Amino acid sequence: MSWMPGSEQLIEITYLIATALFILSLKWLSSPSTARRGVLAGEIGMALAIVGTLLHHGLEYKWVAIALVLGTIIGVPLGKVAMTAVPQRTALSHAFGALCVTLVGTAEFYLRAPNVSKFMMSVLSLEVILGSLTFTGSLMAAGKLQELLPQRPITYKGQNIVNLGLLAVSIGVASQLVLHPEKMYLFPLIIGIPLFFGVMMIIPIGGADMPTVISLLNSYAGLSAAAMGFVLDSKLLIIAGALDGASGFILSVNMSKAMNRSFSNVLFGAFGQEQTTAAAAQEAKPVRSATPEEAAAILGAASKVVIVPGYGMAVAQAQHKVRELYDALTKRGVDVKFGIHPVAGRMPGHMNVLLAEADIPYDKLLAMDEINGDFPQTDVALVIGANDVTNPAARTDASSPIFGMPILDVDKARTVMVIKRSMAAGFAGIDNPLYYLDRTLMLFGDAKSFVGSIVRELGGGGAHG
Amino acid sequence: MKMDLLTSLYVLMLAGFIGFEVIRKVSPLLHTPLMSLTNALDAIAVVGAIILAGEHKSTLSTVLGTIAIVAATSNVVGGFLITDRMLRMFKASGPRKP
Repeated sequence: MSWMPGSEQLIEITYLIATALFILSLKWLSSPSTARRGVLAGEIGMALAIVGTLLHHGLEYKWVAIALVLGTIIGVPLGKVAMTAVPQRTALSHAFGALCVTLVGTAEFYLRAPNVSKFMMSVLSLEVILGSLTFTGSLMAAGKLQELLPQRPITYKGQNIVNLGLLAVSIGVASQLVLHPEKMYLFPLIIGIPLFFGVMMIIPIGGADMPTVISLLNSYAGLSAAAMGFVLDSKLLIIAGALDGASGFILSVNMSKAMNRSFSNVLFGAFGQEQTTAAAAQEAKPVRSATPEEAAAILGAASKVVIVPGYGMAVAQAQHKVRELYDALTKRGVDVKFGIHPVAGRMPGHMNVLLAEADIPYDKLLAMDEINGDFPQTDVALVIGANDVTNPAARTDASSPIFGMPILDVDKARTVMVIKRSMAAGFAGIDNPLYYLDRTLMLFGDAKSFVGSIVRELGGGGAHG
Repeated sequence: MKMDLLTSLYVLMLAGFIGFEVIRKVSPLLHTPLMSLTNALDAIAVVGAIILAGEHKSTLSTVLGTIAIVAATSNVVGGFLITDRMLRMFKASGPRKP
C-alpha cells in the first residue's frame, strides 16, 4: 500500500476517526457533566463519515443531495417535539432506522442476485428480516404511544404460536434463499412476513410494557444495522450497529428485570399476556382520604419527603406543578427527593427527562436502589400517578401476579400519600394493598390540580422559574 | 474475502464488548438521551444509502437508496437535536457539592 493517501484511504481514515468519536460519544454520556460533549463528538463523527462517503469516486450527487435536504427537513421537527412525546418520537426513529436498513438490503439483494454467497445471503436475510419487523413494530408502538391506535392490548388464543410461526416461516424462507439464491421470487416473502410479524408482535402490548418493547426494538434496529455492515463490508457500520444493539440489549434486560419478567419472555415478544384480571374482587375496603389542606399541613411539617412519579404524572402534565411543590417545600427547609422506578413512564429514563425539563435538579432524582434505603427515615412518600411499582404485594404476596417485581418501598415511610383519580386498579388490574394501610392517605383527584391546590395551601411556588 | 469476514466478526465481537462496558456505566438518569443518541449514531447507515443512491447502478437501487437516505438523515438530525435539548435540561442543584 503506497502511503500517498488516495481518496480511498482518506475515506477509510474518516471512518476510523468517526468510529473512535462514536465510542467516546457514548463514554461521555455516562455522566450529566460530560454528556453534551458526547453529543458533540457524535455529531463530528457523523459529519466526518458523511463527508468522507461523499468523496467516493464516481457518485452522482443529485438524488443524494435532494434526499439529505429532505431528511433534514423531516428531522428538525422530530428533534423539537415536546418532552412528553419523546417515547413515540423514539419509536418512530427506530422505524426510520429500520426502514433505511431494509431498503438498502433489498436494493443490495436485487443488485447481486443470483450470485450471492451463502454467508452474504444469511446476513442479508438477517438484515431485512430484523429491519422489516422493527419497522412495522416501531410504527405500531409509536401509534399506540401517540394514541392513534387503541392502547388496550389485544390478545387472542394461540397468539404466541401464530407469532412464533410467522417468525419460523420467515427463517425457513430465508434458509431456502441461502441455499438457492436463484429463487429470487422468495425474497419479497422475507420482507412481507416480518412486516406482518412486526404488527402482530405489538398488538398484545399494553402501555406499561412499552419501556421494554422500545428497548427491544432499539436492539433489533442496532442488530439489523450491524448485519448491513457485514453486507456492505463496512466496519464503521458493524461497530455503530453493535453499540446500538448492545445499548438496546442492556436496556431491555434492565426493563425486564424491573418488571420481573424473564428475558426469554421478552425475547419472544410474549408481553402482556398475563393480564388475567384480578380486579374482580373490589369490595369496598375502607381507605382514608385527605383534602389538599390536610395534605399540605402534613407535607409542610415534614422534614424529609420523597416524591414517586409515574406515568400518571406525565398524562396529567403535572410535572411543572410538581416543580412548584418542590420549590415550596424546599423553601420551608423540607428535604425533597424523587424516587424513580426503572419502568416508570413509557420508556427508560422518561420520568427523569420530564422532571429535568421542569427544572428539577438531577441530583434530586434517585434511582430505585439509591432511594429504597431512605424510605424508613422518610416522613412522607408522595406517590403521583404510579401504582404497580409501589405495590407491596410484590414483596409479600406470593400469589400476586407481580410477586418478585422490585418496587419502591414507599410503604416503609411514616406517611404515604397517593394522588389518584379513583380506586380503579392499575394497568395490571391488580389491587394495591398500599391503599388500605393505616399510614396511607388517598388524595383523590387530578394530579395537576391536586398538586396545584397543595402548593396554594403552602402559600408558595407562585413565582415559578 | 474469507479473511475479511473473520476480521469483521472480530470487529463485531470487540464492538459488542466495548458497547456493553461503556453503556453499562450510563446512569439510569440518562437512559432516554442514551436511546436517542445511539439512535442517531445508528443512522450512520446513511453512508451505505448514499453510496447506493449515488452509484446509480439501477433505477430500483437509486430509488430505494434515496428513500433510505431521507429516513436515516432525519434520524441523524432529529436524534442529535433532541439529545442535546434533553441534556441541556439536566442541571445540578446550586453550587456543586464536593
